Amino acid sequence: MGLVEQVLAGDRLALARLLTQIENDTPEGREALDRLFAFTGRAHLVGVTGSPGTGKSSLVNQLARAFRQPEDGSDPVRVAILAVDPSSPFSGGALLGDRVRMRDLSGDPDVFIRSMASRGALGGLARATAALSQALDAAGYPLILIETVGAGQSEVDIARLAHTTIVVESPGMGDDIQAIKAGILEIADILVVNKADRPGVENTERALRAMLDLGHPAAHKHGPSLGAGEAEPAAEQGWVPPVLRAVSTRGEGVAEIAAAIRRHGEYLRSSGLWQQREKLRLESELDALLRDLLARRWRAGLDEDLYRQTFDGLLQRQISPLQAAETLLRQAERETSNPTRAS
Amino acid sequence: MTEQNIRVLIAKPGLDGHDRGAKVIARALRDAGMEVIYTGLRQTPEMIAEAALQEDVDAVGLSILSGAHMSLVPRVMELLRAQGQEDVCVFVGGIIPERDIPALKELGVRAVYGPGTSTAQVVEDLKQAVFCPPAA
Repeated sequence: MGLVEQVLAGDRLALARLLTQIENDTPEGREALDRLFAFTGRAHLVGVTGSPGTGKSSLVNQLARAFRQPEDGSDPVRVAILAVDPSSPFSGGALLGDRVRMRDLSGDPDVFIRSMASRGALGGLARATAALSQALDAAGYPLILIETVGAGQSEVDIARLAHTTIVVESPGMGDDIQAIKAGILEIADILVVNKADRPGVENTERALRAMLDLGHPAAHKHGPSLGAGEAEPAAEQGWVPPVLRAVSTRGEGVAEIAAAIRRHGEYLRSSGLWQQREKLRLESELDALLRDLLARRWRAGLDEDLYRQTFDGLLQRQISPLQAAETLLRQAERETSNPTRAS
Repeated sequence: MTEQNIRVLIAKPGLDGHDRGAKVIARALRDAGMEVIYTGLRQTPEMIAEAALQEDVDAVGLSILSGAHMSLVPRVMELLRAQGQEDVCVFVGGIIPERDIPALKELGVRAVYGPGTSTAQVVEDLKQAVFCPPAA
């Protein structure tokens, strides 16, 4: 039995090994992903992001518990967690410490935690995070919690990957101008003010609500009634991100956040936004792959001498980088002159 | 495989609360370009084995200063073997009496490091062990 079959049969060691293959972008990993793709598209991907030290790992730990032991009598859900921490820009090594806050989940065979190093990617995730989430999706985890690198203002890749994005703030992290800046707060589907037992929680909450008021004035007054089934951006206004308080070390407020995640999932499905996001995501993934593969193939077919010659010209500042690129492209086009291109 | 892809779990089984050594080693391995998964204090052998499995690590470093190594280490080794990870390189650091070292090696522990070990030594041994696993 191959790795793929073992993974589909629920073998956890096979899954762990496959994740390594995919993360290292080996031929085995790529082939396995091809075969697993048919089994993906079922999981709800939930991103958890926010500044370092706001309590993301503790919140993920508590959320996983809330979905494993629901208080409202709903069925427990199998949970996978992908926790990304930064790689050193100098050594390439990494210290992945998110498990320290996730010890409560140990011993539950229906929770699978995997730490990832960002390996030089800058958007708050690793390059392979999307691929790993596909493997976990195919392995039958209907809920995948993705914890990003401690993010500042612009690490927003998670919003493209996840269906639901939770942005975690904590008291004392800046004034209301921080809150209306572009970037990370814009991507929130759910806002959590963690460490809500600390002073200043009202201010943080007020700043976040004020920010939402500026962004969704109509939606805020009329409630989430707009455009069910519409694939317009306007339909997005039908969801106003809730601002929820939590003390994740004690589990306070976590059931409400779990409920908001479920509500957001239902909202996406009933409004048609789920398919729309899926479509956008696959489209951008396909585009990125095409760019990547085309560039690689084109580069492999390029005359090395010509490349070196052109590069020398660039190095001596006889031509600009753009001129160099155009020279090489023109040369390659002349050589390949493809008859089907004229359409 | 490159150094960047070496994944090491650093764990502290048992009840003593001294994690300075574990942190120093974790940091040294990080600086050597490895990916270190740090689990924190007071891990049971079951928690360590589970983390080793989910993280698909190449090596597990156990830091023990409590004197309980002769009961904790065999249990970790047994669990790793039972879940099909007998190829994982296990090393132990901390306060380990000289006379216990042969028994630990007998269990399959690759190296035992006492106080005064240089971190460079650990890094070098670990690269050796991961790149050239022993003939089974």
